[in-house]
Amino acid sequence: MTAPRSDTPVPRTLARKLHEIRSDYPMGSRILGRLLLGLVLLWASSVLIFCGIEALPGDFATTYLGQAATPQAVANIRAELGLDQPMLTRYLAWAGGILHGDFGTSWASGQVIADQLWHRLGNSMLLAGCAAVIAVPLAVSLGLLAVLYRDRWPDKLINLVSLAAVSLPEFFVAYLLILWLVVQHPVAAFPATVYDSMSIWEKLHTIALPVATLVLVVIAHMMRMTRAAILSLLSSAYMETATLKGLGALRIIVRHALPNALAPIINVVALNLAYLIVGVVVVEVVFVYPGMGQYMVDAVTVRDLPVVQGCGLVFAGIYILLNMAADILSIFVNPRLRHPR
Amino acid sequence: MADPETLRPETLLSVRGLRIGATAYPPGEAPRDIEIVKGIDFDLSKGRVLGLIGESGAGKSTIGLAALAYGRGGVRITGGEVRLEGTDILALGKKGVRALRGARVCYVSQSAAASFNPAQRLGDQVIEATLHHGLATRKEALARAAHLFRLLSLPDPDSFGDRFPHQVSGGQLQRAMTAMALCPEPDLIVFDEPTTALDVTTQIEVLAAIKAAIEETHTAALYITHDLAVVAQVADDIMVLRHGETVEYGPTRQIIEAPTQDYTRNLVNVRSIRHAEAPDQSGQFLRLSGINAFYGSFQVLHDVSLHVPRGQTLAIVGESGSGKSTLARVACGLLPPASGEISFDGAPLPRTLKKRTREQLRRMQMIYQMADTAMNPRQTVGQIIGRAVTFYSGKRGAARRARVIELLDQIELGEAYLDRYPAELSGGQKQRVAIARALAAEPELILCDEPTSALDPLVADGILKLLLKLQAEKGLSYVFITHDIAIVRAIADSVAVMHRGRLVRFGPKSQVLAPPFDDYTALLLASVPEMELGWLEKVLARRRA
Repeated sequence: MTAPRSDTPVPRTLARKLHEIRSDYPMGSRILGRLLLGLVLLWASSVLIFCGIEALPGDFATTYLGQAATPQAVANIRAELGLDQPMLTRYLAWAGGILHGDFGTSWASGQVIADQLWHRLGNSMLLAGCAAVIAVPLAVSLGLLAVLYRDRWPDKLINLVSLAAVSLPEFFVAYLLILWLVVQHPVAAFPATVYDSMSIWEKLHTIALPVATLVLVVIAHMMRMTRAAILSLLSSAYMETATLKGLGALRIIVRHALPNALAPIINVVALNLAYLIVGVVVVEVVFVYPGMGQYMVDAVTVRDLPVVQGCGLVFAGIYILLNMAADILSIFVNPRLRHPR
Repeated sequence: MADPETLRPETLLSVRGLRIGATAYPPGEAPRDIEIVKGIDFDLSKGRVLGLIGESGAGKSTIGLAALAYGRGGVRITGGEVRLEGTDILALGKKGVRALRGARVCYVSQSAAASFNPAQRLGDQVIEATLHHGLATRKEALARAAHLFRLLSLPDPDSFGDRFPHQVSGGQLQRAMTAMALCPEPDLIVFDEPTTALDVTTQIEVLAAIKAAIEETHTAALYITHDLAVVAQVADDIMVLRHGETVEYGPTRQIIEAPTQDYTRNLVNVRSIRHAEAPDQSGQFLRLSGINAFYGSFQVLHDVSLHVPRGQTLAIVGESGSGKSTLARVACGLLPPASGEISFDGAPLPRTLKKRTREQLRRMQMIYQMADTAMNPRQTVGQIIGRAVTFYSGKRGAARRARVIELLDQIELGEAYLDRYPAELSGGQKQRVAIARALAAEPELILCDEPTSALDPLVADGILKLLLKLQAEKGLSYVFITHDIAIVRAIADSVAVMHRGRLVRFGPKSQVLAPPFDDYTALLLASVPEMELGWLEKVLARRRA
């Protein structure tokens, strides 16, 4: 990698030293940079979540007490929950707890949040993981197929079907699947509520429909990105070289185009994985699935703020983690960084 | 060599009545079909080299690719026959064509840097076609690749293939691409301007390597170039092409020494300009002293001092990466130097562009190598030049239009070009518009950054003549950046030779280009191809001695 153009010489200082480290260890220094950035982002989102929830209208004490909300009773509850403390103190206490894995206790149920949170997260991960294992390879293969038959009927069919799937609202796709595979041809299970007592096969059978819904929802985005990323490379000179070597179309696309299109594909896959974990509230509600999304929505309705905060932070963490992983993978698939001169 | 094939040459490739067309999409008009190649015939025997030469647009690359039954972009082969050992490859099906490409006919492109897959090791790419066509086992192919790397004088031939394209230089990549073409032991290789993108000092090495490899492997070759001096070194026969038609076709010696057509004679005698050097070169109209400049922490200029007298031309010559363009960026304020001084017409110039007044900016203008990327494709010629007129002189409306027309006359294009878009102009015309835009500021000095190196020799000659005419009329000073010694000889008064960010030689043209030379200048001058048979062997023999 050549040094970035800057119009002023770098003085012999820390900046120059950093610059040298960066050019000596192009990959290590970039990965380290992304990790540090991830930590900073996580901290910033914790502040944002905390302040955002502070700014929310409504108050747990008044909601909880309802008709009995005398000023004295409200003040008592606020003192009990520590709401009379200054904001900074409460933030530090909350953030300090999280560093030890303690998300506090639920105001509504009085239970420890962390236990419930990890349990729900596990459920969400199961759902997202199953959807991803099917959707990612399928989307990339369909993208390759669309490129191979570009502007011919397989390409058009793939585009049409995937666009239709992404255009329909998730709940509509979900109800269609229920109607078809549960009501008319009873092969799938409904509702998709999983219990700890179930075996892994029972769980997989139970969640088949929500997984299918999610696959349909996310596949188009990834497929179209794969197609676009590879198409943009087809006119490059090295694709012509491959053609003039007498290679077949599939081999050209898989061996010569795909490796160079990986960075954008990885990024769109990461975005969709994050969506699978974070953004599936509607699907969870339709299928009565005990995931993170439903947990958070339930907490919001009763103004159980520690739970909302905890869920928010975990969601933020997952987004940051997945995007960081995508960035690091993109760095890793760049031959210029992996094999410096 | 008593090779039976060289004694009784067999026809390998036979092209008859080849016609190639494409569909053009001119802006604002209905698409129309154009003919790029209009009926070409030639024969190529085994182990022989045919040079295809002509300006850009002559159809030479298109003909070369037709030998692989390939049309680039929307190009279609519309008629004729291309017979490879008797089989018409244009009539082969998809499968037949694939079996041909990369096995019997291989291609070496102009830009090896773009033609290698950046994500794969060079070795894997070099042997890919050989393995794909089942011509050798992986082990045999690797051994052959290493042998070819050695033959082509690549460094560490046994481990060269482990490198990625970005890890080797442009000249090495071009040789690696030649190895890639030779690896399947094809009957025919199409070399499409393989040395055009290289510096002269690198070009001579690549040229020698290609020639040695062709001789050793007895492969036949189509060698495409616009440089007659280059093709004279490698080709047995030469075909001169223009507008898709054959101008002249014959043995190399006849084409070089006794061309029968006017067009060929022009190509042979290109660069007929001889500008006499100015006697007094003491003036210091633009002066750079002690310039040190950096890109980031990388020092690109080391203590460079030079000057240009008023009304004269300083040519800065050197390889790519020598810092010659950076010097122009420093002079016009685009890259503030870390240290050193710039003075113009006796007064110091601020280092940064921001601190210079509009008047200081007006007096120094710039023209670039790529005229088409330096112009807004959505503006007409009138708008492009008119903007500069308004910016520097404040003229609007009819006055502005009159001034633009005056400028168009000065660059020998005329009023008819006022409403044309850049896409409708040829490369030479675009460069003329860029010159007119610079002239709109009524400058006293123009920095010319390789303005002719993307142009064909005859067109480039026209631009150089125009620049000299404008200099005589307006007393303009030029700083002319080039890698072409012939241009330096043609137009310069004083010459600066740059190498790796340092000024190795500076003075009047007659002194710089005359012995005694320093090592680098000697190498540079000796590397410029001359229109003479056997020149390459002579230079190589002299170097070995």
